[in-house]
Amino acid sequence: MISLAGRDILHSWGKFALTGLGLGLLIGVTLTMAGVYRGMVDDAKVLLKNSGADLWVVQKDTQGPYAESSSIRDDVYRGILGMPGVVQAANVTYLTMQVRKGDTEVRAMVVGFVPGGPGEPGYLVAGRRVTRGHYEAVADVNTGFAVGDRLRIRRHDYTVVGLTRRMVSSGGDPMVFIPLKDAQEAQFLKDNDAIVSERARTALNPSLNRPGVPGLLEAIDASQTSNRNVNAVLVRVAEGRSPEAVAQIIRRWKHLQAYTRAQMEEILVAKLIATAARQIAMFLAILAIVSAAIVAFIIYTMTLGKIREIAVLKLIGTRNRTIASMILQQALGLGLIGFLVGKISATVWAPAFPKYVLLETGDTARGFLIVMMVCAFASTLAIRAALKVDPATAIGG
Amino acid sequence: MNAGVGIHIESLSKRYGEGAAAVDALKDVNMSVAPGEVVGLIGPSGSGKTTLLKCLGAVIEPTRGRMMLGGEVIYDNAWKISDLRELRRDRIGFIFQAPYLIPFLDVTDNVALLPMLAGRPNGEARSRAVELLQALDVAHRAKAQPSELSGGEQQRVSIARALANKPPVILADEPTAPLDSERALAVMRILNLMASQYQTAIIVVTHDEKIIPTFKRIYHIRDGRTVEEAGEGREVGP
Repeated sequence: MISLAGRDILHSWGKFALTGLGLGLLIGVTLTMAGVYRGMVDDAKVLLKNSGADLWVVQKDTQGPYAESSSIRDDVYRGILGMPGVVQAANVTYLTMQVRKGDTEVRAMVVGFVPGGPGEPGYLVAGRRVTRGHYEAVADVNTGFAVGDRLRIRRHDYTVVGLTRRMVSSGGDPMVFIPLKDAQEAQFLKDNDAIVSERARTALNPSLNRPGVPGLLEAIDASQTSNRNVNAVLVRVAEGRSPEAVAQIIRRWKHLQAYTRAQMEEILVAKLIATAARQIAMFLAILAIVSAAIVAFIIYTMTLGKIREIAVLKLIGTRNRTIASMILQQALGLGLIGFLVGKISATVWAPAFPKYVLLETGDTARGFLIVMMVCAFASTLAIRAALKVDPATAIGG
Repeated sequence: MNAGVGIHIESLSKRYGEGAAAVDALKDVNMSVAPGEVVGLIGPSGSGKTTLLKCLGAVIEPTRGRMMLGGEVIYDNAWKISDLRELRRDRIGFIFQAPYLIPFLDVTDNVALLPMLAGRPNGEARSRAVELLQALDVAHRAKAQPSELSGGEQQRVSIARALANKPPVILADEPTAPLDSERALAVMRILNLMASQYQTAIIVVTHDEKIIPTFKRIYHIRDGRTVEEAGEGREVGP
């Protein structure tokens, strides 16, 4: 038996191809939306993995440093280093800001890190690591910076000495790594005019400027112009030690919050990007409905255009199931063309997105099944119309 | 079974609607067409031609009466055949006013489709199609799409399709309406030839004055009743 659906598709391939192209672009957008969500989850996981930490120690009663702000004293790490099972502990700061290069600006997460400690970028794709204590930076390639570029962060200029890859914040902003002291200054210090004003204000305060207490005013001024805070301490535990056990000790004795990697992943994926995920899920649902409506409309219109032929087919003895199968196959064929176009489109345009778009094979397979199911469902309207056709309409008046 | 009967109907009636709104479209119609015979069914609009054709084609159910096809009773105040779709596919050929060829199948497959639907192997169905296309002199267009054929060629292909399953009866609904005189007479010549060659009973519904003189027997239908009369039986050439 010849394939009626196949012949019809071949006969009107132009219409099918154009419809499939339109549907495919819609499916491409749908796959990309799924890829954006996967990219966000992957960014979160990579952020944690590349930090090289087993524990994140943050301010008590906060879910910092990524989901909430956290501020702890920068000498906390010393106490943690002395705890059993802790191999490394290092301060880190995180600050999302506009990093300037000449007249241009790039939104980036500026990370203050201690060279050699957790939090340092794991690998470089160009240049070298930060070796000086000040004014050197390593940037993610997504910033668009090159080795040798001069960046301005707050009041200071930094030279990009190395480039890394896949180091982005949970929001997808590429990272710029600078020495911890510079980052602390950038994050917490005021500009010179503000410092001068603050000093004048302090000097006018009789409780802080007591003639009977020499050195008090200077000590207060000094405390205002130095910064002793960081956002978190990243901890690496000894092999074979349970990070959760070490975290419990930190929580109990240091009056700080400590998260294991699994807990931090939970915070990032289930809380930080949960709203974005729901947003994307809404888009996916709407796109699926729109796709179904388009397929239903196209197949229904194409079927209505063949009502006379369907009446003739029924009159000459074609079974209803043969006609239903023809329409179903056409809908599935349209879905197949659309899916192929969509997959190719998504693959082509995904790298052009500013944020990471991860097209997973599993999502592709699930997407294919959903498209096929949507097309099958969408064809029911046309099948109903075809089955209602009276074969008698093929004959005369 | 009476192999000497192509189609035979007795006292066939068809009523549409109920009560005061009822319309008797056919009233005790009698008709008999022998194998190999081509008869005309003529009448004004609304006389019941199409209703009769639909009853004969098993697409609507008569109200009462009796119908025999190829000697077998297919209707006797009720359908005697359980699968009317199969009856239409295997034992009745249809030719329409417009050819209504399937636009996405080529000429051969348009003809071969019926044997394929009847479960015949593709090769056998296509051989049958080629044989009919040769008989109807359109074999040279076997691979063409219907849209590439002239009106006359399309109608010849539709005749080939009607003959594809070797039905004992062909119902032709104004098959020459869209054709000029020459092509209309050519179609009638083919129908006569095919009727004689395949021993098929053919009923041609028409009000085409050009072809009426070609029938040897004509059934006039008026107000749902048929009257048989002899036709001129004019020769339409070789």
